[in-house]
Amino acid sequence: MNTLIEVRDLSKTFTLHPQNSVALNVLRGLDFSVLSGECLVLHGQSGAGKSTLLRTLYGNYLPTAGSIRVLHRGQWLELRGAEPRQIMAVRQHTLGYVSQFLRVIPRVATLDIVMEPALSRGWEQPRAKARAEALLARLNIAKPLWQLAPGTFSGGEQQRVNIARGFMVPWPVMLLDEPTASLDDANRQVVLELINETKAAGAAVIGIFHDRLAREAVADRHLDMTPTPSTAKESLQC
Amino acid sequence: MNSAHAMNDATQAARQADRAQPLLQVRGLGKLYGPQKGCQGVDFTLYPGEVLGIVGESGSGKSTLLSLLSGRCPPDAGVIDYRRRDGRWLDVYSASEAERRTLLRTEWAFVEQNPRDGLRMSVSAGANIGERLMAQGVRNYQALRAAGLDWLAQVEIDPQRIDDLPRTFSGGMQQRLQIARNLVSGPRLVFMDEPTGGLDVSVQARLLDLMRGLVRELDLAVVLVTHDLAVARLLADRLMVMRRSQVVEAGLTDQILDDPQHPYSQLLVSSVLQP
Amino acid sequence: MNAATQPRPRRDDAYNFAYLDEQTKRMIRRGLLKAVAIPGYQVPFGGREMPLPYGWGTGGMQLTAAILGADDVLKVIDQSADDTTNAVSIRRFFARTAGVATTEQTAQASIIQTRHRIPETPLTADQIMVFQVPNPDPLRFIEPLESETRTLHALKDYGVMHVKLYEDIATFGHIATAYAYPVTVAGRYVMDPSPIPKFDNPKLHMSPALMLFGAGREKRLYAVPPYTQVSSLDFEDHPFAPQRWEQHCAICGSEDTFLDELIVDDQGTQSFVCSDTDYCAQRVAQGRDGQ
Repeated sequence: MNTLIEVRDLSKTFTLHPQNSVALNVLRGLDFSVLSGECLVLHGQSGAGKSTLLRTLYGNYLPTAGSIRVLHRGQWLELRGAEPRQIMAVRQHTLGYVSQFLRVIPRVATLDIVMEPALSRGWEQPRAKARAEALLARLNIAKPLWQLAPGTFSGGEQQRVNIARGFMVPWPVMLLDEPTASLDDANRQVVLELINETKAAGAAVIGIFHDRLAREAVADRHLDMTPTPSTAKESLQC
Repeated sequence: MNSAHAMNDATQAARQADRAQPLLQVRGLGKLYGPQKGCQGVDFTLYPGEVLGIVGESGSGKSTLLSLLSGRCPPDAGVIDYRRRDGRWLDVYSASEAERRTLLRTEWAFVEQNPRDGLRMSVSAGANIGERLMAQGVRNYQALRAAGLDWLAQVEIDPQRIDDLPRTFSGGMQQRLQIARNLVSGPRLVFMDEPTGGLDVSVQARLLDLMRGLVRELDLAVVLVTHDLAVARLLADRLMVMRRSQVVEAGLTDQILDDPQHPYSQLLVSSVLQP
Repeated sequence: MNAATQPRPRRDDAYNFAYLDEQTKRMIRRGLLKAVAIPGYQVPFGGREMPLPYGWGTGGMQLTAAILGADDVLKVIDQSADDTTNAVSIRRFFARTAGVATTEQTAQASIIQTRHRIPETPLTADQIMVFQVPNPDPLRFIEPLESETRTLHALKDYGVMHVKLYEDIATFGHIATAYAYPVTVAGRYVMDPSPIPKFDNPKLHMSPALMLFGAGREKRLYAVPPYTQVSSLDFEDHPFAPQRWEQHCAICGSEDTFLDELIVDDQGTQSFVCSDTDYCAQRVAQGRDGQ
């Protein structure tokens, strides 16, 4: 089993200029790596910086110090300081991210939202459509909803659409931010199956799971993010 | 629109090869009308298929920068190099005016904020769409007609209205017509100045969705000026934040909007309702 | 119909020859040389005030004055007739100020100043046509800025010219522009041929006569030298076509000339006659008639 993502001495500090330049040290000196087929679960209470870590890995937040390296199309790439277009390429081919919330684009149909990652990789339309329909069916989204924009769907439905989109294409490295939160048992089970299939296909998974059952079903290792007294923060970000 | 998604391998391969090289290289670009009025020291590289958003408050230099980039106004300093379809590089302001104008009506396009500035209001929708083709030498009426009907459908205007004057169209339709008029020549680089500026919110959503689809389907590179961060998030891959004639921060759109670094970017992002 | 040539009258010495001063005529001739050298290109010139208002042919008169010599024979037509008020007064103007012979016969004339028509009688290499032009720039209808139209001409950027023809076909099913129909001169400049009917456009092509155009209000002159290619703009699937008539001339019986429609009684009875009065009169003199 080979390493797919490697994090060294990663720190993230938010400096809030409009508020007297208060500095929030959310991540400090993190070191870890994740192997192919392995699931690393982030552990720590609310505010420990778990979501911040995922967003930093995804390039959504800029790391303050340290290194994030991913194996992108057979080559190691340092994400800290990478060009936007390199990060876009990594997001297209290597790094998948499923958050709790679907960012709804007005007027775009559910099926098109789910297919998008595949189409941007150049999949043929029929292949993408077949895969998207299978995922939506598996996640119990009623067929009449597929052609509708998900803006008016319930929170749970939107979350499942988002999960279908996240699992649309195989990702070498996958970041999961509470994908099972607020899902019923049946749907949670489907998501856990999807995660295990992704692992079996060789992905390195880094995830946040609040419920214990989900954690136990997929976790191989834990990363303890409970802040030590020296890294205690003044307040919470995001 | 779906037909284009099923691209054949040859198209894919050609796009991949094209995407590996920059389309536009901008170095040290500037034009000042007074201290911190205008823009200065702008550097960036744009690749095919990339959407670059330029954000900032009024007077920050966004529009000046767009005029310089789009060949409409010569800069005081700096160089813009553009890689043409035939692979040759063109220094936009060292080129003759004839070359620059040819570029502007073939490989480049400009979508104005006010459709009245970008359309010929006194001639029909079909003539508006056909003009770039006629300028390129198309002399077949039926071919122009077919292009007009096709593009009206693509921008979701009833093709039956091909002979109507733009002034009989709603604001959103006029803006979509302007987009059709620009895209008919198959440009590779499109400049947009607040394209959703004067439109109702409901009409904006439709236009944004249409533009997103066209940008991906046609693999367009876009330089988009907007003060609306929600528009920037929806359309742009990358952002440049301008303030007092300078670019204060540049990066991935979601990174700039969710984790802005510069004090001004933080103020800008925190000053708007959550996009 | 009297088509006789009037002999040279006595010149009125109170005026300089042909009214304009020599410096002005020289300046206009320099402009004309440039216009001939660059076929179809609009040359600006310092137009003078003439003793009649703009719109009455001041542009054409200044060109005529600049090229007129004592031995020339002048013909002036307005609406293609020699006997309309404007034609008569311009002819008299030059007879008095230049003392030149005048004529109503196309074949006798060395200089023909015209508004609206090119004569039906074929022109020869020793004749010069002078056109009175109201709107010299064919791009003006779509582009009001002079600086912009000049750039468009300079860059041969003529896409908008076809926009107008497209609109015609979209609206009427055919190109409905019937006069001042734009042409390309020598494959380079697009030119407004003045308000002649498109029926006359083919006469510009490879004409043995020199064609000069003058716009008094706009102070522009341009030229088509002899034997120059002149093509009318069109579409492949809607080619240029001059007007044709089902009828023939009620006076001379001509079937291939430009006809004017007349309403001859209160019942609205139509009659068609040649618009070129001289041509018609000569055919009648040769014994042709419309019966």
